[in-house]
Amino acid sequence: MFETLSYATLQHYWWFIISVLGAFLVFLLFVQGGQTLIYVIGKNDTEQSLIVNSLGRKWEFTFTTLVVFGGALFASFPLFYSTSFGGAYWLWMTILFCFVIQAVSYEYRSKPNNFLGKKTFDVFLFINGALGTFLLGVAVATFFTGANFTVNFSNIASQQGNIISQWTSSWHGLEAIADWRNVLLGLAVFFLARTLALLYFMNNIDHPEIFNRSIRHLILNSIPFVVFFVAFLAVVLTMPGQRYDSVNQLVYVESLKFWRSFIELPLLAIILLAGVGLTLFGIAISIFRRSTKGIWYSGSGVILVVFALFMVLAYRDNCYYPSKVDFQSSLHLGNSSSSYFTLTVMSYFSTLVPFVAAYMFWAWRAINRKKLSDKELEEGGHVY
Amino acid sequence: MNEIVDMGLVNWSRAQFALTAMYHWLFVPLTLGLSFIVAFMESIYVKTGNEEWKRMTKFWMTLFGINFAIGVATGIILEFQFGTNWSNYSWFVGDIFGAPLAIEGIMAFFLESTFIAVMFFGWNKVSKEFHLLSTWLVAFGSNISALWILVANAWMQYPAGMHFNPDTARNEMINFWDVLFSPVAINKFLHTVSSGFVLASVFVLGISAWFLLHKREVALFKKSMLVASIFGLVTSIFIIINGDSSAKLIARYQPMKFAAMEALYEGQSGADLKVFGIVSTEKHDSSLFNLPKVKYTVEIPKALSLLALNNANSFIPGIKELIHGDSVRNILPLQEKIRRGTLAREKLAALHNARANKDTATYLTLKGEFMDPAFQKNYFAYFGYSFIKDPHQIIPHISLTFYSFHIMVGLGFFFVILFILALWYLFSQTIDQKKKFLWLALLSIPLPYIASEAGWIVAEVGRQPWTIQDYLPTFASISKIDSSSVQITLFLFAILFTGLLIAEIKIMIKQIKMGPKDH
Repeated sequence: MFETLSYATLQHYWWFIISVLGAFLVFLLFVQGGQTLIYVIGKNDTEQSLIVNSLGRKWEFTFTTLVVFGGALFASFPLFYSTSFGGAYWLWMTILFCFVIQAVSYEYRSKPNNFLGKKTFDVFLFINGALGTFLLGVAVATFFTGANFTVNFSNIASQQGNIISQWTSSWHGLEAIADWRNVLLGLAVFFLARTLALLYFMNNIDHPEIFNRSIRHLILNSIPFVVFFVAFLAVVLTMPGQRYDSVNQLVYVESLKFWRSFIELPLLAIILLAGVGLTLFGIAISIFRRSTKGIWYSGSGVILVVFALFMVLAYRDNCYYPSKVDFQSSLHLGNSSSSYFTLTVMSYFSTLVPFVAAYMFWAWRAINRKKLSDKELEEGGHVY
Repeated sequence: MNEIVDMGLVNWSRAQFALTAMYHWLFVPLTLGLSFIVAFMESIYVKTGNEEWKRMTKFWMTLFGINFAIGVATGIILEFQFGTNWSNYSWFVGDIFGAPLAIEGIMAFFLESTFIAVMFFGWNKVSKEFHLLSTWLVAFGSNISALWILVANAWMQYPAGMHFNPDTARNEMINFWDVLFSPVAINKFLHTVSSGFVLASVFVLGISAWFLLHKREVALFKKSMLVASIFGLVTSIFIIINGDSSAKLIARYQPMKFAAMEALYEGQSGADLKVFGIVSTEKHDSSLFNLPKVKYTVEIPKALSLLALNNANSFIPGIKELIHGDSVRNILPLQEKIRRGTLAREKLAALHNARANKDTATYLTLKGEFMDPAFQKNYFAYFGYSFIKDPHQIIPHISLTFYSFHIMVGLGFFFVILFILALWYLFSQTIDQKKKFLWLALLSIPLPYIASEAGWIVAEVGRQPWTIQDYLPTFASISKIDSSSVQITLFLFAILFTGLLIAEIKIMIKQIKMGPKDH
């Protein structure tokens, strides 16, 4: 089936999968956002325990999606993997630290004799939620604004050092934080994660005080989210960008690249606008109608927005990872993907994704029919 | 060749990978084995309706959960470290190596993370049968995940199913089944997961012994012992048989590692197997690369030849032959391998120069040479040797490899005896009185961890200097970062993981002391 597709089609197909994974990853960051709100929304042990247990039943999805996102990037676009991870060392390592400390915190925080104490694990959760989301936003922003690297395949055969991808900033990724445009997206993602978390609490926890407090904080978090996101979007739509000319095999700079891209790919523009609308609608019905369904609208909206942004990064021969120091080193689908054979093989495995989604939906429906309540926690069982 | 290689960076990067991998492997085997033991127990509960089996299932499941979380935490670093610290490697072989990692995510991780939630939170929310299915799916998910990462590791030890593309300067997959079903991959998967089964069995046996020693929940933990001993005996016997196959594969595909495992410096026809030996600080022979002398050896005549090649008189090459070559036995000397690898590398440089200078004729000629399978097999297959400057670079650390191998094998046999004794005492209904045995079982808990880590040391230290056997050494695989950066992250990982390990052990001990909860 996939053998009949061209190499370029497979490259686009795999970027589509990366975009879907990226979109779900950003949506699932509501777990991280919730971790920054445990003591804001929860005012006593019971409320905090409800929040932690509500989030704790979802943390593995975010974690797994991050791991699969990384694995899929490695497999389909290994040059990105070797260039960005090997170069922006400190940025990625800090993000990884944030996720390592999360993985044990749920399981260990309330266990007796846990050595570091409950507070330490809650601090770990906060760091993961605050720094993790902000830095992920900054890292993703560099896909738009560019990074400091060069790529030269000949280096492996060179006698003067043989490393193919080289980073030109001695800050190894941390320089991204000094770019205000990246910070805009970092802050947008941080406040988005908190906004989604509040919508999730309203839907998932059966507790009036948590519900009311969530509405109040929804206003406080959704406003900065919208401001930072719109500012970033405005910057992106008006900035020049790099594009690959497949005829001359050269990368060149195009003014208003993303604006033009959305004009030329109107379906993505519609998806983006629909996503923005759904996100705002979900927030609005939660605030004004006290609806518990906001997470479904806003969650779907976020998935659509992030999907559209990821897609526009690389489709239409756009350079999805521009180099600031050597345009011809910039990464696009044509120069950074795995081989035709590997993409074909992996495409067969990608057909499992709908089945994965189906069993995830089935399993969660089975155990999530009822909202989480303090009564359920009192009944015992596995409690975080 | 006059490369600028920061060996400090290489060694720190290796140390970081070794540290994170060894920490990760402290937790994964228990997950692999305990998931099945829990599934067996829950199956008996569903079949018999006996609530005691449910209590036991829940008890071991709690310990599983504590261990699982830290396994996940330490695992994420490994995946991303291929990019952060081994950038050249990631491009040079990412076309092949990345695929199993992605497939692992799609096929296994989501399965695990979805059904582990049902396993922990679904007791009163889903039917017994659905819950049991979830427990089994967690067990299969964990082990399928191990399959793919072990396929990837096996490929590094025995590269198969690929060719080199000079344009992209990387190896590319041409046959997926050769990668998935290479003899090394199948053997490695079976050997590694079964080591996890043995480890979990010893863990359950030892903790059950503690309860029997304290006369707590005796009937319950005798049942646990029975399940663990049967599972442990079957898998520990299997691992010995499988280990024999593993040694044969190493002898064939990684002869230098095999020689280091047995400290075989000079080849022998009818080679003896060293069952025991002490690696001393004295040099064996100054003409033999200053290799350390092995003293007080206990040897079985001709057994090494028999085990490696099924022929007691067959010749096993030693380190000397693997470096100086042996024309009679078609063993290429190191110098010749370096010559061939260097030629391949120079041609690659010439090809890239021709392309850059738009010298199409030269480019096409060189490309034609590279695409010729004979060139790939006879020259490019030695590409990694073009980075070698000194014979010492291709000799693995002898004492580490030698001791690790012997410790692993020795403990492997010990576990068989341990499980036979446990079953004997259980069936003769005398286990309560066998205090010494119960103490032995309890004190044996660390041993499979030692055996398991030793096994990975043999596999990874034994193949040095290669990240990809013969194709790429560690010092050509790295990222261009400051070694001080890697030192900082290494120490941060060391502190963090050690803290988490202490937390895990303390929580585990507390949970064990609390025992199974009442209904």
